[in-house]
Amino acid sequence: MSIGYYIKSFTLWELLKGHALTLQYFFRKKATINYPFEKNPLSPRFRGEHALRRYPNGEERCIACKLCEAICPAQAITIEAEPRDDGSRRTTRYDIDMTKCIFCGFCQEACPVDAIVEGPNFEYATETREELIYDKGKLLDNGDRWEGAIAASLAADAPYR
Amino acid sequence: MAGLPDAPDILRDSAYALSSPDSANAAHPTVGDVEIKNYTINFGPQHPAAHGVLRLVLELDGEIVERVDPHVGLLHRGTEKLMESRPYLQNIPYFDRFDYCSPLCMEHSFVLGIEKLMGLEVPERGQYLRVLFAELTRISNHLLNLGSHIMDVGAMTPNLWLFEAREDTYGFFERASGARMHMNWMRPGGVHQDVPLKLLTDIGDWLDGRFKRLFEDAISLVADNRIFKQRNVDIGIVSRDDAIAWGFSGPMIRAAGVPWDIRRAQPYDVYDRMEFDIPVGTRGDCYDRFMVRVEEVRQSARIIKQCLSQMPEGPVLTTDRKAAPPRRGEMKRSMEALIHHFKLYTEGFHVPAGEVYVATESPKGEFGVYIVADGTNKPYRVKVRPTAFSHLQAMDFMMKGHMLADTTAILSAIDIVFGECDR
Repeated sequence: MSIGYYIKSFTLWELLKGHALTLQYFFRKKATINYPFEKNPLSPRFRGEHALRRYPNGEERCIACKLCEAICPAQAITIEAEPRDDGSRRTTRYDIDMTKCIFCGFCQEACPVDAIVEGPNFEYATETREELIYDKGKLLDNGDRWEGAIAASLAADAPYR
Repeated sequence: MAGLPDAPDILRDSAYALSSPDSANAAHPTVGDVEIKNYTINFGPQHPAAHGVLRLVLELDGEIVERVDPHVGLLHRGTEKLMESRPYLQNIPYFDRFDYCSPLCMEHSFVLGIEKLMGLEVPERGQYLRVLFAELTRISNHLLNLGSHIMDVGAMTPNLWLFEAREDTYGFFERASGARMHMNWMRPGGVHQDVPLKLLTDIGDWLDGRFKRLFEDAISLVADNRIFKQRNVDIGIVSRDDAIAWGFSGPMIRAAGVPWDIRRAQPYDVYDRMEFDIPVGTRGDCYDRFMVRVEEVRQSARIIKQCLSQMPEGPVLTTDRKAAPPRRGEMKRSMEALIHHFKLYTEGFHVPAGEVYVATESPKGEFGVYIVADGTNKPYRVKVRPTAFSHLQAMDFMMKGHMLADTTAILSAIDIVFGECDR
């Protein structure tokens, strides 16, 4: 044991050093953000609230192939479909139980027409459980509301998909 | 005090003497005498230091722990059984939810097992990406564990700084996979998506800049600190032989002085090309476990830098169309690719009959997956070998004779997560 050890031991050296360091951090920029007004950046790949998209002419993209229903590990998606009057196959029912969904992203991976996507929205908390069982109208509504952000994300991520 | 008998009697008699105005009763210890027995308390399952839903039944003699009885199973979700009714691909998200502090390392074991059964070749870039993100996961896991260990023994500041660095790793995971925590990013045959170059350069810059500053600052606050040392040095000592006999792995066995690391003993993916040191402890106490993890974080940073400099260009997912779906552009143009896409997202791929045990070095130790395949698209049986279970069984022998306050130090030095322990 050197003399330096005893000096450091009696002067509480490592505690003083620690206090000096924490004091430096006290004057640094804060790491926290003011959440509802400031948000962390999201990448184009972020998997948030689901949305059903439309083609630019207003026609819904989903062709009721039911791949998303088949791949969903949580079995949160329910689809019913029949041919429309114009002969095209469209869904009559497209429900997602958001309380079951685990946000794995398999549905948007499986969708051959980019109809169902997990958009950038993560602020969709509700007061009741029932509100989290989304039907087709709600999903298409989400798609209309978020189309700008979703299209931008898909375009940004296109080289990697 | 000189004439009084030995210590326990002093306590008893003086306690009685205080309550009794007649001091002559002290001569008759049977009157009002109280038998002091060991008492039993519950630690958890709703206790912030229990690191999840662990219930410890502690038998205490005063403040000395006489016996520890860990009760597990409060987070049992029947995952292994659920996996038998789902195609292999749909089981990958379940692995994220085993050890939710290091999800990608859990996926890694599973996809390696499937690849072994199917004989799949993984493209080089896919292997490098997996190793890179497995090491980033290790950093993220250790940042959480080191921080909460420090907080369990009484210091607050380093935990906040380490959480700041950990938040950055979650940002990287989100940019790679789309989810901060349950990534679902690895696939049999590689990884789901390639990552942008900007993400790789950002990780490199982060390791040398912000991460290094935060991590080294936080550790410098406690590594030499006398209070931290008093709470950790010589607490929960496990000898080399005991560690082997109790089936320890990971930082727990390395702290006991055994340089056992599956990344070195049975290299998977490109770990055989990586240069890294295996830190070992000398005494096998909580302080050694802490310092082994600290050094592992630095070694992980070293491995990530090697991955970044060696990573080749090329595909990230196997081109075997019977195992992995085609890229989206191809799927939209080619009929054959579209058929493969539909086939893989409905029926899934079939895994040849056989059984395989694959273990990887997860941040907490050896995480193994035993898969029995019967030739269909669903596993016949999946058994998970959790790291925490064998560490938890040693709780009784590690805690015996320590103070009640040391249970939190020992528990957090194990680095236990109940998602994988209870499955």
